[in-house]
Amino acid sequence: MLKLGVPSKGRLMDQTFGWFAERGVRLSRSGSDREYAASVDGIDGLGLVMLSAGEIPRELAAGRIQLGVTGTDLVREKLAGWRSDVVELAPLGFGEADLVLAVPACWRDCEDLDDFAAIARDFRQAHGFRLRIATKYHRLVRAFLSDHEVADYQLVDSQGATEGTVANLTAEAIADITSSGETLRANHLKILPDALIHASQATLFAARSQIGTAPLHAVMSRLRLT
Amino acid sequence: MIPRTAKAAVGQRLLAAFRDAGAVEVAPDILLPADTLLELYGEDIRARAYLTTDPIRGEVVLRPDFTVPVVSMHMAAGAEPARYCYLGEVFRKQDHGDTRPEHPRDNEYLQVGYELFSRDPDADAEVFALFHRLLAPHRLAATIGDMDLLLDAVAGLPLSPERCAMLAHHIWRPRRFERLLDRFSRPLVPRSFAVNGAPWTGLRSEAEMAARIARLESARAEPVLPGIWRERLHRLFALTGAAPQALDELRVLADHIPAIAEAVDRLAARLDAIAARGIDPATIRFEASHGRTTMEYYDGFTFSFTATAHPDWPPVASGGRYDALTAVLGLPAGKPGIPAVGGIARPGLLAELDPC
Repeated sequence: MLKLGVPSKGRLMDQTFGWFAERGVRLSRSGSDREYAASVDGIDGLGLVMLSAGEIPRELAAGRIQLGVTGTDLVREKLAGWRSDVVELAPLGFGEADLVLAVPACWRDCEDLDDFAAIARDFRQAHGFRLRIATKYHRLVRAFLSDHEVADYQLVDSQGATEGTVANLTAEAIADITSSGETLRANHLKILPDALIHASQATLFAARSQIGTAPLHAVMSRLRLT
Repeated sequence: MIPRTAKAAVGQRLLAAFRDAGAVEVAPDILLPADTLLELYGEDIRARAYLTTDPIRGEVVLRPDFTVPVVSMHMAAGAEPARYCYLGEVFRKQDHGDTRPEHPRDNEYLQVGYELFSRDPDADAEVFALFHRLLAPHRLAATIGDMDLLLDAVAGLPLSPERCAMLAHHIWRPRRFERLLDRFSRPLVPRSFAVNGAPWTGLRSEAEMAARIARLESARAEPVLPGIWRERLHRLFALTGAAPQALDELRVLADHIPAIAEAVDRLAARLDAIAARGIDPATIRFEASHGRTTMEYYDGFTFSFTATAHPDWPPVASGGRYDALTAVLGLPAGKPGIPAVGGIARPGLLAELDPC
């Protein structure tokens, strides 16, 4: 029996249920809304586990689930060497969100990453510490900035309300997920157009260890993924 | 698998040789305060070192290298000239990106090292020759470089001091350096800096922005860097070869880049000093950009010894001059920097190379 991990709440759960329903597989939460037990109809050999989207990468890598739906951003951030652990079976066409670098909109002299790098150097000289970028995506942001050879910055951890850190003077810039950019604008931040760190969407992943096995093949055929 | 004891034995042998060469053995802490290293290396160190928190000491890091604690210790108490040696573990995270390699690099390994704080211009040759002599049985390939040459060439470009400083700052980041050079080599496109009505937010002040905009606007009046300078710089940065031939080429290049003439003379003197210690300079490879790929703190002579049979290995030994680092680390104590040069070898790799 393969176990499929699916986000346990919100739009991501509803849209995931919808994607499977289109392929004749009915996922549902049994019992009350608050219960995380779940069931699968229309396919054999597949069990359903409701999980937080952020835990699905780890559960896949640990082998406790063999299939999982989560964002490509979370897999890349949480699994060092993710390609060694999991395989992308199918992008699901929803849950699109961009991990972007945003700076105060009032920075009229900051229009691209080159400006940002120059400002970071000036800032460090003027303030005696490195320009702070608030984020919860430490690995992705660091890898991106290292690839683009931006120096003179530091990451500060922010697990929520990241857009507020600039006004609160705990960071000078932020790197966060956005879909419409509205929260950024409301907090007087703007996106650097050439600093798209990762374009994420909800994706069906399989544990790499399952690739080529009969049970996975059966599930994939049923989902019309072969 | 080479047993840990065999690696330690190689380390002890080198440590004894360093002591015989006049060094005092020191044993820095394994758990170091993180702030100094974070300020020096920035995010690189978070990606590479193990950070943890102590309820009282705050952020601490498992020793990622010895140079910083040895320099700090010397800046706090030492007198010159001073020679130090050490042997112990360093700890490095290995984050390989999307796919994990089959044979990941070690996360902890031994380093044995030698650091020399001295104003004697012969110090470079002393340290290099010491490593060369001790490593000779392992038949490694020796490569040297000189960041002085590159930094002097950059400082001597016909550009404003501001632009030269920007280039120098990014010399360890080749692509960013190249982008800057490219930008300075053509007329600047006027920018509008359109007013957008956004309220001011964040710690960076309006005055800081105004200063940068003024600088960018006045830079438009600056003459572009003639293409010939970019070519000369590229020729210098790409220069490689046996040290004596490289020196000849550098002498020719110095006719076109007069700013490097003194550094070329110093390199010549250094090669003479190395030869005087019984090493044939023709057996040493010179790579002008050698120091550009290492951590930022080497700012003069650099060297490394590599195992030619193992192209996928990191250098078995490496080192160089880091005068600027001593200046940075001396600041809190109000002490000026002092010339320093040092190096480390990896006993684990040596043991793997020549199992005893």
